[in-house]
Amino acid sequence: MVKKNIGVLSLQGAVREHIHMIESCGTRGTPIKRPDELFCIDALIIPGGESTTIGKLMLKYGFMDTIRQLCEEGMPVYGTCAGLILLAKKIKDGDRTWLGLMDVEVRRNAFGRQRESFETNLDIPDIGKDPFAGVFIRAPWVESIGKDVRVMSKFEDKIVMACQGRILVTAFHPELTGDNRIHNYFIEMIKKS
Amino acid sequence: MVKKGTSRIKKGLAEMLKGGVIMDVTNAEQAKIAEVAGAVAVMALERVPADIRAAGGVARMADPLVIEEIMNTVTIPVMAKVRIGHFVEAQVLETLGVDYIDESEVLTPADEANHINKFNFTVPFICGATNLGEALRRIGEGAAMMRTKGEAGTGNVVEAVRHMRTIIAEISWLKGLREDELMAAAKKLQAPYELICEVAQTGKLPVVNFSAGGIATPADASLMMQLGADGVFVGSGIFKSKNPEARAKATVEATTHFNDPQVIAKVSKGIGEAMEGLDIGEIEKNKLIQYRGW
Repeated sequence: MVKKNIGVLSLQGAVREHIHMIESCGTRGTPIKRPDELFCIDALIIPGGESTTIGKLMLKYGFMDTIRQLCEEGMPVYGTCAGLILLAKKIKDGDRTWLGLMDVEVRRNAFGRQRESFETNLDIPDIGKDPFAGVFIRAPWVESIGKDVRVMSKFEDKIVMACQGRILVTAFHPELTGDNRIHNYFIEMIKKS
Repeated sequence: MVKKGTSRIKKGLAEMLKGGVIMDVTNAEQAKIAEVAGAVAVMALERVPADIRAAGGVARMADPLVIEEIMNTVTIPVMAKVRIGHFVEAQVLETLGVDYIDESEVLTPADEANHINKFNFTVPFICGATNLGEALRRIGEGAAMMRTKGEAGTGNVVEAVRHMRTIIAEISWLKGLREDELMAAAKKLQAPYELICEVAQTGKLPVVNFSAGGIATPADASLMMQLGADGVFVGSGIFKSKNPEARAKATVEATTHFNDPQVIAKVSKGIGEAMEGLDIGEIEKNKLIQYRGW
């Protein structure tokens, strides 16, 4: 079978960590710097970074419509941390929204500043019984969800992982751990699509 | 169990800043301009390095009130500088809740032998270095992010280039050594043996490394990225130029698209005059900031 090619939006942030993860799953990872490169990939990861920086660069370089169009045509998308914020339909406290593709309301820096950043074990039944090391860095959480959204993991009652159709989001950073189960789960999503 | 301030959490924030521009700001208004332009973080300080250089005297941590105003104005991470070895200034910044502390040679050192023990803090630290040994000594003290020092406040990129090239050349040298030569290498570079072994094996620094000190134009930012920086700091270069808004935006785009000369050409057009630059040779040796740090 031909290897799937997963693009990682490469405007700013933790790009190479996602590519390492994808490659550790035996799949191809490609950094994406220009919108036309989106047509060569089977799925897209929007990495962690600064959501305002990535969002502004997406606008400036014309990514918005192409990503929305490909997503509507069924391209799977996975957003981590800033990626979750960029995908959300609503952002708490009136912050502007970006792609608005996922029916969730997100609170930015919800767990606090860097001093409050933390790691903890998460239960994620979809990827197996063993706990997953959740790395939360100035992380957002999902405040509320629409009817098509499925919660996949919570931490202290806050939604930190969810999916809606072919969109997957985590408030934490699996790419900073050695555990590729969530990336494998995303690759399975791609194979089914 | 919840763990805070782990090495992974400290280094992790730096990973998220990669490919971005961190801008020096002295008040909330400048911080907002930086955020709107697309900065990934701001560095709060009392005066930009060019003004510190001009004013002389003792440069210290910024007023906590100003730092708080900046923190309340922007949603991007806020960094702030402390004097080398001044662990109480660092305690103050940690209490305020800044996201990263820069133990910086740009301020007047408070200790001429020791740097801060950065493992004692939950908040992560960034430090400057001019070569690999200095970088590994800082990492050995707990720094979670590095920046090459360059020569701050000059608008002259030559020292930034020198320091980046030096570190990269020293890493290549380590990689080529036999295992039984690494202790002698540790002795030569005056760096912790374990870190020397790690770098020899992985071929890279154990933490994210930005470039700083003298970056004044979009092309300067791109140059440092092409030489291997993970991101750039622009200090005086933005707010000492004629049109800070335009220059800040252009620098962000040049850093993202550092490999695309067409983008660099486009964003460099019509952004007003850059800051005035200084020839390093005209600065007396004892006025060079890069030699502070031990």
